Amino acid sequence: MAPPSDPGQTEPSPPLFLGRGLTKRFGSFTANDAIDLDLAGGEIHALLGENGAGKSTLVKLITGLLQPDDGQMMWRGAPVAFAGPAEARMRGIAAVSQHFALFDNLTVAENVALGLDARASVRKLSDELERVAQRYGLPLDPKREVWRLSVGERQRIEIVRALLQDPQLLILDEPTAVLTPAEADRLFEVLEQLRADGRALLYISHKLEEVRRLAGTATILRGGRVVGRCDPRLESTATLARMMVGSDVIAPKQSIHTIGEPRLSVTALTLPPDDPHGVTLRDITLQVRSGEIVGIAGVAGNGQDELFAALSGETVIDREEAIAIGGTAAGGLTINQRRELGAAFVPEQRLGHATVPTMSLSDNALLTGHGTGSLVRFGLVDRGATLALVDRVTETFDVRKAKRDPEAARLSGGNLQKFIVGREILREPGLLIVDQPSWGLDAGAAGAIRQALLDLSATGAAVLVISQDLDELIEIADRIAVMFHGRLSPPRPVSEIGRDQLGLLMGGSGWQTTEARDGAGA
Amino acid sequence: MALVLERRSERSVAIALASPLLAIALTLVTMTVVFAALGQNPATALAVYFITPLTDGYSLQEIAVKASPLVMIAVGLALCYRANAWNIGAEGQLLIGAIAGSGLAVMTHGADPGPWLLPAMLLAGALAGAAYALIPALCKVKFGASEILVSLMLVYVAGLLLDYLVRGPWRDPAGFNFPTTAEFDSAATLPLLIAGSRVHAGLILTLVAVAAAAILLGRTLKGFEIRVVGTAPRAARFAGFNADRLVLTTFAISGALAGLAGLIEVAGPIGHLQPDISPGYGFTAIIVAFLGRLNPLGILASGLFVAMTFIGGEQAQIALKLPQDMTGVIQGILLFYVLACDSLILYRIRWRSLQRKALHGPL
Repeated sequence: MAPPSDPGQTEPSPPLFLGRGLTKRFGSFTANDAIDLDLAGGEIHALLGENGAGKSTLVKLITGLLQPDDGQMMWRGAPVAFAGPAEARMRGIAAVSQHFALFDNLTVAENVALGLDARASVRKLSDELERVAQRYGLPLDPKREVWRLSVGERQRIEIVRALLQDPQLLILDEPTAVLTPAEADRLFEVLEQLRADGRALLYISHKLEEVRRLAGTATILRGGRVVGRCDPRLESTATLARMMVGSDVIAPKQSIHTIGEPRLSVTALTLPPDDPHGVTLRDITLQVRSGEIVGIAGVAGNGQDELFAALSGETVIDREEAIAIGGTAAGGLTINQRRELGAAFVPEQRLGHATVPTMSLSDNALLTGHGTGSLVRFGLVDRGATLALVDRVTETFDVRKAKRDPEAARLSGGNLQKFIVGREILREPGLLIVDQPSWGLDAGAAGAIRQALLDLSATGAAVLVISQDLDELIEIADRIAVMFHGRLSPPRPVSEIGRDQLGLLMGGSGWQTTEARDGAGA
Repeated sequence: MALVLERRSERSVAIALASPLLAIALTLVTMTVVFAALGQNPATALAVYFITPLTDGYSLQEIAVKASPLVMIAVGLALCYRANAWNIGAEGQLLIGAIAGSGLAVMTHGADPGPWLLPAMLLAGALAGAAYALIPALCKVKFGASEILVSLMLVYVAGLLLDYLVRGPWRDPAGFNFPTTAEFDSAATLPLLIAGSRVHAGLILTLVAVAAAAILLGRTLKGFEIRVVGTAPRAARFAGFNADRLVLTTFAISGALAGLAGLIEVAGPIGHLQPDISPGYGFTAIIVAFLGRLNPLGILASGLFVAMTFIGGEQAQIALKLPQDMTGVIQGILLFYVLACDSLILYRIRWRSLQRKALHGPL
């Protein structure tokens, strides 16, 4: 591998990459709003922000996967515009994604060969691979098949693959999300060495401790804007958390309804994941009572999907009494039996999970309504009734669509979500469990969904909202709990818990094992 | 320049409808080349395969007789394939159904047991076919075995069992050592719809199967379940549909229909059990199912078309001295084009120039 331009240099040099006013809009949603970013060689620069703050979009702009609507990028002092990722790679910008793109049945060397633009023989590559691996202390056997490797080793392949292109700027997106602490420590040593080589590193994370330990500069994003720049080594995790989640005063929700008996009780739920990359749920205890909205905050991938699947019945649970719906032990019940107990569910993925994309709305109304209600008689589907249900949802929740009964995939995200949430609310559930209710929606649609949840709870239903959007939870929830590494903190009234406290819990600080273990609902 | 497949933003309804016709057209073009290479006049050869079968009454009746098992099996396969369960072993289920039903005919030979015999044979054929199809389905659900391989391999097991029976225990003692059972009694034979022809009552059962499958898929909750499990497994789980149980159900239905079709063949046109009772109906039905877009009514049309290639193949043997295998070639090419054309529903073909090398800018 060719040595970088100025190997001995460790002092920050003039910016390698300069972004000015970078803006990216998706419809009416602005994912990046006039972002300025300077990246210099010999520097580890952290990009901090909650999920949805705009980190991934910014990375996609820098790596050429997306083109900015506005703003200017400079590379080594000259203006650049990347038509695609190949162009960015060619100039020396490489990225290591948190999702590996590896073929399990191929060897390490074959995988690396597939990822390179230029064709090279696998044997020559193996030599080069070993040289790079040795230089940076990234031991890798080029001949081993990927399926034999640990997650940390797989990540090493991605890093080595990026390094083979001799990048001047290396972008790492949540690199430690999948690593054990020991693997993470080893990664940090490698990153430090790359920095000492004079390369620029952009390190994306929401783990505050890591950022403080590693980065010399941090840019903090919130809601698509830069809300702060700092030297994280001079900050505390608390101050970083406050910058990340904002420090607005929490205005408690006007509670006009009365809280009643528990509709959902989760007692010491522990559950290993179905999927080897999933999160183990540990000792989760939670109650949601009639008339209240409970929010579960947390960064994605901390067990929220697993919790939703366990509550909905999509995952089977051995211990019958770990989950009770309306007082009935429901752990062993199927999702339809839970629906018969008055529960309703709205999963995160709208297309492919909550709906069948290629099927009409009336078919999709049948998807969750076939077990209860009068849509099916003697095994025959009453088409008139399913269409009437679509009309009722459309009217009650203002679903905009081109025709009476279009395919689900033809609706915009907001209108589809109104349909999905409306479909469940019209079943008049005693308990509604929603995962990421307003994910990716514009402000108008998000507001309509939140209002629908508030209205539902006002009628006496219990509502559980799982969301990565802290603002959303603070706006609508009565109590909030935080999920981290498969554990759930005890839910606390919104008026008693501060944003910074929530931010710390979400980042993994301030957890006592006893807290997660002993915490009961309210 | 290179050809690339690009994903369409939405599935093309126009191509979905035109795809089977396009596949047939491409098959005809390819066959023109094949016939020319064989030294035949392509126009004459195509006419023998695709026009003469439609010109006389006998051929038309034979098309109906051959289409009947194809359609009945393909309808069952369509339910499987819609549910993302891949039963490739309908040929074996057909043989087992024929064996089971024939067992009753052989055991009651000359005894005249009464009017229940034929219904009992039909029932036995269907049940045996279903049971045989449940073997790969259970292996898939319980052990994660590939239902494609297991169902395919069981075809050969069934074929050898049939061979053993007609050469051994069930051989007609008065049959001059030919490997066949005795000719079935009339009580064990399907009545004819047209006297003097080979058109038998099995046709009516086929039409009933088509109608039942059309109603099942289009109108019932079970049909909805099949469609959801096949298109969006995660949404199916969310709807509370059990994909494993559906694999068993659809395999059982398709096995039952294949077994019934097999029994109808031996109790109808053939009249006894012999080693070769099917010219590969169970495999050809896979082509029929896809050509008919996995839709029962479409399958009725595609079954008639594919049956025509069997009749045309017989006539080509006589008129052109072409081997019977030519029929298999045509059917294989047809399936190839059907599947290829189907990818155009979701993808479009684009020419893209290779200009990656030109991107080296100032570094």
